Amino acid sequence: MNIAATTPRATEIQSMTRSDTPLVRFHGVRKSFGELEVLKGIDLEVASGEVVALIGRSGSGKSTALRCVNGLERINAGELTVCGRALHGGKVDLRDLRQDVGIVFQSYNLFPHLTVEQNVTLAPRKVHKIGAAEARDLAEQVLAQVGLSEKAKNYPEQLSGGQQQRVAIARSLAMRPKLILFDEVTSALDPELTGEVLRVIAKLAAEGMTMMLVTHEMAFARSVADQVVFMHQGRIWESGKGDMLDDPQTPELRQFVGNGL
Amino acid sequence: MFGLTIEQIAFIFRGAGWTIVLSLLGFVGGTLLGLPVALARASRRRSLKIVSGLFVQLVQGIPLPVIMFVVYFGISIGGYDVPALVAAGIAMTLYSSAYLGEIWRGCIQAVPKTQWEAGECLALTNTQRFVFVILPQALRMAVPPTVGFLVQIVKNTSYAVVIGFFDLTYSAKVINNSTFMPFTVFTIAALIYFAICFPMSVMARRFERRLNRT
Ligand SMILES: Nc1ncnc2c1ncn2[C@@H]1O[C@H](COP(=O)(O)OP(=O)(O)OP(=O)(O)O)[C@@H](O)[C@H]1O
Ligand SMILES: [Mg+2]
Repeated sequence: MNIAATTPRATEIQSMTRSDTPLVRFHGVRKSFGELEVLKGIDLEVASGEVVALIGRSGSGKSTALRCVNGLERINAGELTVCGRALHGGKVDLRDLRQDVGIVFQSYNLFPHLTVEQNVTLAPRKVHKIGAAEARDLAEQVLAQVGLSEKAKNYPEQLSGGQQQRVAIARSLAMRPKLILFDEVTSALDPELTGEVLRVIAKLAAEGMTMMLVTHEMAFARSVADQVVFMHQGRIWESGKGDMLDDPQTPELRQFVGNGL
Repeated sequence: MFGLTIEQIAFIFRGAGWTIVLSLLGFVGGTLLGLPVALARASRRRSLKIVSGLFVQLVQGIPLPVIMFVVYFGISIGGYDVPALVAAGIAMTLYSSAYLGEIWRGCIQAVPKTQWEAGECLALTNTQRFVFVILPQALRMAVPPTVGFLVQIVKNTSYAVVIGFFDLTYSAKVINNSTFMPFTVFTIAALIYFAICFPMSVMARRFERRLNRT
């Protein structure tokens, strides 16, 4: 199967769906772990091509919200629609969903026994059944996107943390997702390496990729995100454009920004 | 040599050959049965977990010579007359599969949860994820303890002597019966066992060190 033909480029998706329904829509979403209610009614829409930054204190439910989007966590109440699929109620084809929704983790989670190229092409080869030649082209292309063309034959352990994280981003890109989730992807990196990863994400944003990212990098959230969402105690406490961080409306956000900067 | 004839020593070595044959049988059979045991033990299906768990508990709770007897006489009750090699091979297979299964289950479960999650998030099927992501990592971890367990297999084949299997222990016993030089004869047997096992122990330790380095 030729994925280039079946999966439109991000810009085409944008023009196709911008007018239509949002790519992600939370409506009164609730999620509990046992007795502990972690999401207490989340309403949020992410349009195609949009970049949404989730910020907030530790334990406010940012990761949980993100993990609900690709079905790693199942919501308990409300409605959650992702790329046209309802994740509430009935049975959801999670494998199908995950071909549209990529995720990048704080700890990279690369496959240590595979080279960079193999890491990047494993899923396209097994899931999209592309051939060896096509896989090589694909790896070349996505590794170029993250600036790591020359590392294709290396193993993850031979790379710096920042490089590993960029490989993880390339691995997500290789599935041609409509949406990528980033969960504190620079938190394990020192400032220098953080910069190189953030530049890659900013470039993807500029190219029109839809993204939801949990981040502690306030400057980055302000400059790159179309929508900043401040979560507090399982609720969306405040949200708006990046410049909302300059003029917090709630004492909680004011305090958070004060500490964060 | 040592007061024994060349023929007598050659006889002991013939026994050693059968010890190696039985060890190989035990290892190959133990692998074939141990893999599904490991998979069942590590699976999420309760029924599989319970059945395989019972099997492991049962085998590990019975002394190997008793397993040998049960298999040997169990088959003959059925009216079949089996060579001791077959009975000993089956017994060693049961024994090794229970231990190898547990060793490998540990290796599968030692692959970090985040690796399972990463595979899942890339839309791999459960089988693809297991074969291409989990298993290769588990296998790497499994090499040192598996080679280490080979030593146990070799040593424990000596229990096959209880059902009259002709191995190193048995041949040594025979030679002792005709020469009445137990110390010499069994020292030779001990040295041969050691010569088979020692290189494997060394190898296991080397593999382990290599694994710890990376
Ligand atoms: N699998 C789980 N089982 C039980 N409790 C969980 C689970 N995952 C998260 N929690 C709890 O849910 C709450 C919200 O967690 P979450 O990881 O969403 O927070 P977060 O905003 O991402 O925080 P951080 O900035 O520390 O990553 C926390 O109290 C956490 O302990
Ligand atoms: Mg988190």
